[in-house]
Amino acid sequence: MSDDSLSEFGPLSLHVPEPAVRPGGEPDFSNVNIPEAGSVRRPPVDANPEEIRDLAFSIIRVLNRDGEAVGPWAGELSDEQLVEGLRHMMTLRTFDARMQIAQRQGKTSFYMQHLGEEAVSCAFRKALAPGDMNFPTYRQAGLLIANDYPMVEMMCQIYSNEKDPLKGRQLPIMYSSKEHGFFSISGNLATQYIQAVGWAMASAIKNDTKIAAGWIGDGSTAESDFHAALVFASTYKAPVVLNIVNNQWAISTFQGIARGGAGTFAARGLGFGMPALRVDGNDYLAVFAVAKWAIERARRNLGPTVIEYVTYRAGAHSTSDDPSAYRPKTESDAWPLGDPVMRLKNHLIGRGVWSEERHTQAEAEILDTVITAQKEAESFGTLHAGGKPSARDMFEGVYEEMPPHLRRQRQQAGV
Amino acid sequence: MPRKTMIESIRDAMDVMMERDDNVVVFGEDVGFFGGVFRCTHGLQAKYGKTRCFDAPISELGIVGTAIGMAAYGLKPCIEIQFADYVYPAYDQIVSEAARLRYRSNGGFTCPIVIRMPAGGGIFGGQTHSQSPEALFTHVSGLKVVVPSNPHDAKGLLIAALEDPDPVIFLEPKRLYNGPFDGHHDRPVTPWSKHELGEVPDGHYTVPLGKAIKRREGKELTVLTYGTMVYVAQAAAEETGIDAEIIDLRTLLPLDLETIVESVAKTGRCVIVHEATLTSGFGAELAALVQEHCFYNLEAPVARVTGWDTPYPHAQEWDYFPGPARVGRAFVETLEG
Repeated sequence: MSDDSLSEFGPLSLHVPEPAVRPGGEPDFSNVNIPEAGSVRRPPVDANPEEIRDLAFSIIRVLNRDGEAVGPWAGELSDEQLVEGLRHMMTLRTFDARMQIAQRQGKTSFYMQHLGEEAVSCAFRKALAPGDMNFPTYRQAGLLIANDYPMVEMMCQIYSNEKDPLKGRQLPIMYSSKEHGFFSISGNLATQYIQAVGWAMASAIKNDTKIAAGWIGDGSTAESDFHAALVFASTYKAPVVLNIVNNQWAISTFQGIARGGAGTFAARGLGFGMPALRVDGNDYLAVFAVAKWAIERARRNLGPTVIEYVTYRAGAHSTSDDPSAYRPKTESDAWPLGDPVMRLKNHLIGRGVWSEERHTQAEAEILDTVITAQKEAESFGTLHAGGKPSARDMFEGVYEEMPPHLRRQRQQAGV
Repeated sequence: MPRKTMIESIRDAMDVMMERDDNVVVFGEDVGFFGGVFRCTHGLQAKYGKTRCFDAPISELGIVGTAIGMAAYGLKPCIEIQFADYVYPAYDQIVSEAARLRYRSNGGFTCPIVIRMPAGGGIFGGQTHSQSPEALFTHVSGLKVVVPSNPHDAKGLLIAALEDPDPVIFLEPKRLYNGPFDGHHDRPVTPWSKHELGEVPDGHYTVPLGKAIKRREGKELTVLTYGTMVYVAQAAAEETGIDAEIIDLRTLLPLDLETIVESVAKTGRCVIVHEATLTSGFGAELAALVQEHCFYNLEAPVARVTGWDTPYPHAQEWDYFPGPARVGRAFVETLEG
C-alpha cells in the first residue's frame, strides 16, 4: 500500500459475495423472486431471441400452490406420462437412498445423490427422441432411469464389480452409454459442455436430425469451457440445448460466487444472442414443456437455447461432504419451490389419477425393484468383495490396439 | 515424382483424406477461407465447402472440445492449433478428455481426432512461436505423438494419423515447412524442390505410426532425434567426420524401441538431440530406455543435446537453438569420453 496516493477517492476494497445465511441462522429465500405459476408467456419456438429476453429473468412455472397445472406451458403431458414421470423420480430417489446406504456400508467408495433435483433430468429425457445425445454431469442419472437403462448395470458400475460395463476403470456414477444417449461422464467439470456443441455441429454437418444436450451446474459455469460452448453454439447455430442446473450450491460455495453480477445464469446466454429461459426445476411439467420447446427449436434448425433450471441441492454434495458445515440444516425445507416428487404427486392426486394409497403402493413396488436389482448387482461383487474386473482390463482400451510399451507393462504386472 | 514443400504435402494429405472420407472435417483459426496462416489448408474450403473446412473462433479449448464431440458423433476432425505455443488452453480437453475417452467409456465412445500444430524454433519466433511441447503429450496415456521431418513423411504420417482410431498430436516443425534446415542460419536455405525427401507421391499412401527410420547408417554412435534436429545431426556428422547412425523417430508415442535398441546395441554410444528444453524433456525418457535396454552395450554415458532450460529467447536465437557445432561437440565427447 502506498502512502503517497494522489487519489481523490477512498481506498479500494474487494467484494466477496456471501450467502444470505450460514449455519445457525434462519434460512432466508426472501431474495428469490418467484413469479406466479402460469404467469410467464410462451413464445413460439421460432421467436427472435431479442424479443424474449425477459424469459431469462423470470421463472417458467406450471404447477401452482394448489397443485394445479396452469398457464401457457401446461397441457403437454397425458395422465399416463405424468404417472410414469412420477415413478421415474421416485425410482431415482429410491435408487439414490439405497446407493447412499451401500456407500456407508463400504460396498463402494463414493456416491452422489440427486435429492431435490429429480425432475430436471427425468423430465428432460422424456422430451428427447431416440438418437439424441446428452452430455451429462454426474448429477443427471435421471436421464438413464427415465430411458430404461438397466438399473443393475448402473449398480455394477457403482460397485466396480465383474459386470461393471466400464471394467472398474471409472469412479462410481461416472456412467457411459451411447445406446442410451448418455455420453461418458468425466470428472473434469464443464468439459462436456463444449463437446455437446461439437456433437451437435457434427449432426448439422451430416444433415442429420439428431440434437445434443449439454449439462452443467451453477458452479461450473465459471469454467472456461462454459464460455467456449456458448461462443461455438452461437457462432455455428448448433442444434444443442445448453442446460444449466442451478441448485444454489457448488459443494460449499453458494451460487453467487459463480454468478457474480449477472442477474441470472440464464442471462449469460443473452450476450451470445441465444434464447435463454429460466424454469422451475422442481416442476416436472414446466421442465418438460421448456425442454420440449428448446428441443423443437434445435430440431427445426433454429439454433441453440440456454435453459436455467432453478432448483435446490437438498442432499449433501457427495458422500464425502457435510453441508451442515456451511449452510443451515433446515435450508432445504425452506426452499420455496418445494419438492419435485411431492408437487407432482399432489398434482396427480388433484387430477384424480393418483392417491395416497397408490403412492404408498408405488413406493413399496419401487423399493422392491431397487432391492431386487441391488441383490443381483451384488451377486457380481462389490468394491472389496466378490467378483471384480480383471487386472488385464486395466491395460486394455487405452488405445484401440495395445502398443508394445503397454504389452511390456502388462507382462511386468504379471497379468 | 512431383516435389512438394512440407506445407503442400500436409495440404495434400488433408485433400486426399477429405476426398476419400466424408467424415473428415478440417477447422481452426484462419483455416477456412484464408487457408491457414501457413497455407496448409489453402483451397480446401473452396473444394469441399464451408461445412467440411471452416474458420473457428479464437478458442483452443473450443476447437479441441468441439472436435471431441464431433468424433464422439462419428466424424474424423483434423483440427489446427495455430502455434503449438498456444495449445495450453486446450490441454484439459486433450489430456482429460480426448486421451481418456476410449478408456473411461470402455470403448463406448472413441476420439479419432488429429490435432495439427506448428512447433519448433529457429525462426526468430521468440517465446510464443518457437516452443516444442512434445513432452507434455508423450506423458499422457492414450495419445499418439508424431513429428515429421520432411514432406514425404509429413503426408504419409498425416494420412496414417487421420486413419488412426485414436487421438494424434501432429507437431509440424515450421522451420521445415519450406525446406530442410541444418542449423546453419548464415547460409541460404535450400528449398524442398532440391531435396529427395521433397518427392511426394500423388494420392493415398501412409507412413506407419510407431516406426522410426534410419536417416544415416553409421557405426560409431547412435543419434536419436526428430524434426528439424535430424538435419542438424546430419550436418554435425559430416562436419565432425564421425560415423553417426541417425535415427529419425518420427513417432514419439508409441515409440519404435526395437530400432533404437538394435542401433545402440551395435554402436555402443548414444546421443539424443531435441530442440525442447532439457529437464523432463522427451530426451530423458529416451535416455532411460536406452539405459534400461542397452546398459551392457554402452561404452559411454548417454548424452543429450537440447534447448536450454529457459523460455525460448528472441535475440539469443542461435545461442539457444542446438546447432551443428553443439551437437558435433557432443558426438566428439561421446566418442572420446
